[in-house]
Amino acid sequence: MKSYEMVIGLEVHVELATETKIFCGCTTKFGGEPNTHCCPVCTGMPGTLPVLNKKVVEFAIATGLALNCKINQNCKFDRKNYFYPDLPKAYQVSQLYLPLCHHGGIEIQVNGAKKIIGIHEIHMEEDAGKLIHDSWEDCTLVDYNRCGVPLIEIVSEPDMRSAEEVIAYLDKLKLILQYLGVSDCKMQEGSLRADINLSVREAGAKEFGTRTEMKNMNSFKAIARAIEGERKRQIELLEEGKAVIQETRRWDDNKDTSFAMRSKEDAQDYRYFPEPDLVPIEISDEWIDEINNRQPELRDEKMLRYETEYDIPAYDAGIITSSKRMADIFEKTVAICKKPKEVSNWLMVETMRLLKESEMEPEDIGFSPNNLARLIGLVQDNKINRTVAKEVFEIIFKDNIEPEAYVKEHGLMMVNDEGELRSVVEKVIAANQTSVADYRGGKDKALGYLVGQTMKEMKGKADPGMVNRILKEILTKD
Amino acid sequence: MDLTSLSALELGSKIKNKEVTVEEAVKAQLEKIKAKDKEYNCYITVLEEEALARGKEVQRLIEEGKLDSPLAGVPVVIKDNICTKGVKTTCASKILYNFIPPYDATVVEKLLNAGAVIIGKANMDEFAMGNTTETSIFGETKNPHNTEYVPGGSSGGSAAAVAAEEAFYALGSDTGGSIRQPSSFCGVTGIKPTYGTVSRYGLIAYASSLDQIGPIGKNVSDCAAVLDIISGYDSKDSTSIKQDSYNYTKALVNDVKGMRIGIPKGYLGKGLDEEVRTSILGAAEVLREKGAIVEEFELDAVDYAIPAYYVIASAEASSNLSRYDGIKYGYRTEDFEGLQEMYKKTRSEGFGNEVKRRMMIGSFVLSSGYYDAYYKKALKVKALIKEGFDKAFEKYDIIFGPTAPSTAPKLGESLSEPLKMYLGDIYTVSVNLAGLPAISLPCGADSTGLPIGLQLIGKHFGEKDIIRAAYSYEQSR
Amino acid sequence: MNITDETIEYVAALAKLELSSEEKEKAKKDLGSILSYIDTMNELNTDNIEPMSHVFPIKNVFREDIVTNESNRDTLLSNAPKQKDGCFIVPKTIE
Ligand SMILES: [Mg+2]
Ligand SMILES: [Zn+2]
Repeated sequence: MKSYEMVIGLEVHVELATETKIFCGCTTKFGGEPNTHCCPVCTGMPGTLPVLNKKVVEFAIATGLALNCKINQNCKFDRKNYFYPDLPKAYQVSQLYLPLCHHGGIEIQVNGAKKIIGIHEIHMEEDAGKLIHDSWEDCTLVDYNRCGVPLIEIVSEPDMRSAEEVIAYLDKLKLILQYLGVSDCKMQEGSLRADINLSVREAGAKEFGTRTEMKNMNSFKAIARAIEGERKRQIELLEEGKAVIQETRRWDDNKDTSFAMRSKEDAQDYRYFPEPDLVPIEISDEWIDEINNRQPELRDEKMLRYETEYDIPAYDAGIITSSKRMADIFEKTVAICKKPKEVSNWLMVETMRLLKESEMEPEDIGFSPNNLARLIGLVQDNKINRTVAKEVFEIIFKDNIEPEAYVKEHGLMMVNDEGELRSVVEKVIAANQTSVADYRGGKDKALGYLVGQTMKEMKGKADPGMVNRILKEILTKD
Repeated sequence: MDLTSLSALELGSKIKNKEVTVEEAVKAQLEKIKAKDKEYNCYITVLEEEALARGKEVQRLIEEGKLDSPLAGVPVVIKDNICTKGVKTTCASKILYNFIPPYDATVVEKLLNAGAVIIGKANMDEFAMGNTTETSIFGETKNPHNTEYVPGGSSGGSAAAVAAEEAFYALGSDTGGSIRQPSSFCGVTGIKPTYGTVSRYGLIAYASSLDQIGPIGKNVSDCAAVLDIISGYDSKDSTSIKQDSYNYTKALVNDVKGMRIGIPKGYLGKGLDEEVRTSILGAAEVLREKGAIVEEFELDAVDYAIPAYYVIASAEASSNLSRYDGIKYGYRTEDFEGLQEMYKKTRSEGFGNEVKRRMMIGSFVLSSGYYDAYYKKALKVKALIKEGFDKAFEKYDIIFGPTAPSTAPKLGESLSEPLKMYLGDIYTVSVNLAGLPAISLPCGADSTGLPIGLQLIGKHFGEKDIIRAAYSYEQSR
Repeated sequence: MNITDETIEYVAALAKLELSSEEKEKAKKDLGSILSYIDTMNELNTDNIEPMSHVFPIKNVFREDIVTNESNRDTLLSNAPKQKDGCFIVPKTIE
């Protein structure tokens, strides 16, 4: 078999985290009873007109700047015409002729090798509604809640050559968008959707092969599988001397295979033309500067700052900043308790472990920085020991409880009442005369056993230093 | 006395002076409609009970001193492509035969705030695409001056209702002449305002970049008074344009001394009916005698206005009318197998021939391979037409000419030859392409007694110029 | 301009219309003559002219990102030819 190379470009649709839809004052909240986040404008009622949400333009410009794009300072909307029940006006307001951003790129790293993935353009558009198949009546239900939610479509150049590069690109993109606060990028809720344009060619060939477009992957894993599946499918076709047909395919992750989506008779002629109901957008240098000045710190800068400002290792900084949510919690917690290394440890070790165990993403972290800071304070003040702290943290992670109250309620406070400890130690000594003799005979190890026994009696709530001191005191005195 | 022969402002002032109650006015209007509308068919919907109830309410508000508009209490008919909350709005099309908007158009809101009583919805050409009001699924409207003739279109129901005294005034919409041409054919007055002056929110779109709502009335003063009410910036319409003043009645001044009036030579040339020409030149003479400077000039690119108009309007229409798919509102075909057939049958059964024709032209000129040659070319022609007007308005305050090349044609003569019908728009469409204001007012009649209309075109936001000139002319007749 | 059967069928498909054979013939004739007339635009030299979609140089019309609408589902659905469970109903879309 010949050796082949993949050529991959991505069209990523991102739902913006605005309060309202792109052209009307309806909420963009995910979910909700069908057709309750709708109005005459976003359901395409006759006579209604769109008015552009300013925040959409600002979010899109911010994204363009973060992806090193040029901003088209004169841009406008166009209509893309096609019939489908999820599109109530039978056209999507989008941008073809003068998209907002173009000619950008971001750097990715795969197996140590760095590479720039070009961004062809970013344009603004409206999302479509949702179709729900009703198998009972064999019909389709139409819900327009999502209809008119603002999207940006980020179109890459065909610069990727492997699934690893695609995932690295998406990872990087997702982080930038989350750091900018322009999207929550939840793939399960459809706020980040990637369409994959993929072709194969013989290694070394100059020309691109015929590409297909794949849709409907809702996790990075599915994307990786879909790429592998499509690569194989196309190579098999070529090996059999057949041609790849340019078409849109739908990935079915359950069946681990893709299907051609549209029938051939359905002409793809979108008849784009300038949207007459919306006026052009003129973006001044001042406006761009203003947005630039407001840009939040992105990941790379943040990592560097963590190393210098908080004195934590690059490795730790990398893990913490791998999620905007995590980095936010880190900074807020440090601001309260002023113990960066402690906070970092709780995030790096316990938080990561619990996330993994409960199959959660860092975005799903629900505890408050305040409660983590207070837990750290309890340990610091010797109010609880580390073993207890870990237990308490699991509860904080799960239910975001207040650690002081919880510790008090469950009697987990460290015992540092000298009299109480002394009586327990005496009881332990009385019950373990062999170990006492061993210790006095010079076997230092026996002391550890006696400490352990005392801690056991105390259900772990004793201050180990204090136990040690009292034990030694009694054993040497007698 | 027959109240319905009063002008809107006359009735308004009688109501204000307590000589007439709103209820009396509404009743008189309803009776007139009952007596005449079987013959003329100006109305798609008559709101008998609603208007009577509203009449009482408005009377009370007036008595409480809460309404002071000069048109408070005066009944009005609204073209049936303008959304009225809770009242069927059909565009005279089967595809919207039962559509009840859950909102009022901005103009309707404004009229109601000024104390208007909506007496019904006016007949029109289906989706405002036509020049004769013969394409309505509710049957054609007849010209009250001679029922063998069309009233013009597409706001034919509105214009005929005013002419037949079935309405004190009306709202129409004008995309390529649809207020001015029926006003001309019916012997009434109509204004197409500068694009962006009157909100399009709630106007069911035909061609978004050209559509404008405007008044049709018995005289210039009524139209100016209505425009005072319906104009204004609207944040719901992104193409709405803020202006310094919306007070048009101020321009009702009988004085054209020194006003510079240009008549495009092309507007008097080939294709113009001889009787219309004589009438128009007579009107020009009247204005000259009153002190205006009237001269002929060459208006650039205007010969290409009709082709550019039909490309742009059809393209936008093909997109605007795609939403009628049988899913959210309106007509859905009875029998179908699957989604595609539902679409096709619903739309094929729901739309009339002229609408289908324009949707097909529109789809064609936007389709891949033809966009540049047709749509883009038309947008360039439009730019040149606007440039031509800009140049003309450096020299003239208003442009003067006929509204239509002839008086109303007979019923049934126009639809079989669409191209010939399109050519009837020759003097009106360029105004829409350039976004200008224009007024049509009566200036005589032909030998059979059918009215002839005079068109005055103003520069952008030059409504006051054309209102002043039109009013001055009207006073001298 | 000579309009072929294919063109008419293509354009009808784009506009989601179904034409009878008589309608197709009529459409061929009408579109042909209308487009030929439209072609007279080509007599006008438009080199170096910018296509103009908006007559007025109005720009940057925005609204603020504030929720103003409440749910009004019953009214929105009240015009639907067919509805169920708060949704519009269409023939099934998945083959
Ligand atoms: Mg897109
Ligand atoms: Zn909405």
